[in-house]
Amino acid sequence: MIEGALWRRWVFFYIPMALFLIFLLFPFYWMIITSVRPDGELYRPWNSINYNPFWTWKPTWDHFKYLFEETLFSAWLWNTMFIALVSTAISLVCGVFAGYALSRLNFPFAGSLGTGVFITYLVPQTLLFIPLAEMIRNYRLGDTPWSLILTYPTFLIPFCTWLMMGYFKAVPKELEECARIDGASRWQAMLYIIIPVAIPGILSAGIFAFTLSWNEFIYALVFLSSPEQKTVPVGVTSELIRGDVFFWGPLMAGALLGSIPVAIAYSFFVEHYVAGLTGSVKG
Amino acid sequence: MGQVVLKDINKFYDAVHAVIDVNLQIRDKEFVVFVGPSGCGKTTTLRMIAGLEAISSGDISIDGTVVNNLAPMDRDIAMVFQNYALYPHMSVYDNMAFGLKMRKFARPEIKKRVNEAADILGIGDLLKRKPRQLSGGQRQRVALGRAIVRHPRVFLFDEPLSNLDAKLRVQMRVELKKLHLRLGTTAVYVTHDQVEAMTLGDRVVVMKDGLVQQVGEPLDLYNQPANKFVAGFIGSPAMNFSTVTMADGNGRLTAKNSGFELEVPAAHGDRLRGHVGREVTIGIRPEDLHVATDADPVGLTFPSKVEVVEQLGSEILLDVRAGTDMMVAAVDPTVRAKVDEQLRLAVNPARIHFFDAKTEAAI
Repeated sequence: MIEGALWRRWVFFYIPMALFLIFLLFPFYWMIITSVRPDGELYRPWNSINYNPFWTWKPTWDHFKYLFEETLFSAWLWNTMFIALVSTAISLVCGVFAGYALSRLNFPFAGSLGTGVFITYLVPQTLLFIPLAEMIRNYRLGDTPWSLILTYPTFLIPFCTWLMMGYFKAVPKELEECARIDGASRWQAMLYIIIPVAIPGILSAGIFAFTLSWNEFIYALVFLSSPEQKTVPVGVTSELIRGDVFFWGPLMAGALLGSIPVAIAYSFFVEHYVAGLTGSVKG
Repeated sequence: MGQVVLKDINKFYDAVHAVIDVNLQIRDKEFVVFVGPSGCGKTTTLRMIAGLEAISSGDISIDGTVVNNLAPMDRDIAMVFQNYALYPHMSVYDNMAFGLKMRKFARPEIKKRVNEAADILGIGDLLKRKPRQLSGGQRQRVALGRAIVRHPRVFLFDEPLSNLDAKLRVQMRVELKKLHLRLGTTAVYVTHDQVEAMTLGDRVVVMKDGLVQQVGEPLDLYNQPANKFVAGFIGSPAMNFSTVTMADGNGRLTAKNSGFELEVPAAHGDRLRGHVGREVTIGIRPEDLHVATDADPVGLTFPSKVEVVEQLGSEILLDVRAGTDMMVAAVDPTVRAKVDEQLRLAVNPARIHFFDAKTEAAI
């Protein structure tokens, strides 16, 4: 908080904060307002007499209805959810074990292995999808959810591993040593002591991984072709933009509904998530 | 039983020789304290006894069994860590019960032992709390409780009091001593605080740079330090050292430097005769100095100039200059000394220490 006179607080705190918030939230506002605006208003030219881009007096659910009745949106939602959840689960399990091993077990080349894992994360997806597409085709996984469930971990596991490595390093090693003196095997010490203590870190890794796979675009675009297999980001953009015709209303409705699960995931875990980022382990 | 024997223990960290040839027999029911400055290898030694650190060479045995390759859990020891290492997600009860659960004790037995330990430590009403809801002293007690419920053969303490404030530290020190007398379990305790070492230990092991400097009962270390390091480390305020030259004047040995000339007591005479004409280090504890009176033989007094007066209440510490050396004298609280005052100090002849200037070993 800025100390001192009132004008100081306004100039240095409230006004910059308000500007920042407007800048940040305006796209969401635009998305919401567009999704409930009737078509007649949406395609009105900017110089017409009753042009009013920021508000509507005749909100409508038509776009949402169109989305669910005329498109396969509910199938896309289900696909995205299924793919995101399963790939997150796989990546979390691998990431937690790998992170633990890399940060706690002293084995030769642990450091360079950790760096290697990080480097795989740096390979851009726009390059990686080419060899992956080849593999997906060879294993005849194209156009199935498994094509994504098995490829998303290529970037999710390095991500989770690195996040968990950092988190495990912050957990005092005495906790584990104490457990081992108390009679726990390494496995039990990890299961009963280290993992429960690392729950905030695991939750944040999970939320990040879920968000990444929920929003993923390029693999979904390349590996899925039939409309009923698509995920929300690909489905909405490929089915609601036909040629150069943009179905703005349903597009925005789809984008809005697509961002809700992520928003819920964030706000639901926000407490743990913040704790995870600050690494607050109390000894 | 709880007899621990360390035989020729060495520890290397790559090129660093952290612990060098440690030999020690810890008797059953004994309270042994390892003390030394940080990095002296005392914690490493403790961790090797615990099995948390592999030994590079040598043998550690507990009750006659070599435990070099036993896992920590199989050594029947309990350890209290500096940062307590309480499991943050478990209640106090579960923290204390964890070791017993892991060892598959029956539930009623666990309950009985935890309650017993909680009673001894006075934490019976905290059992449902989580560690973060406890104060430092309470956490310390829980950490102790977690160790004693197991009824291990040996307790290992790694600077358990260093995270507490000064007052609580004194209080817990007394409680630890009482606890040891009550339970009679062998204890190995690591600290960098010589007061803790002196008050708690049946025997104290002084370490420096990985080497054991001296092992002995607290008063033996204080009265007969084996070398200059032990002499300076044990006792507070620290012993005064100055370099002197031994001279032989008509059969009477004197220790002389620019600030003073002291007669060497006859008891030391024979041992020091070989050092005539050479430099040695003389050590005098602050409490063995007093303001000279007519009763003191002149040969055991020297002039000094007071530079700082520290009034502690029970005694007064005078920081004085004698020649080129700074010395501290702990004098009677009735002494009224002023800064810049010239003062004659007298030495208790029986309590002068001599050290070889090169090897630093006691002469």
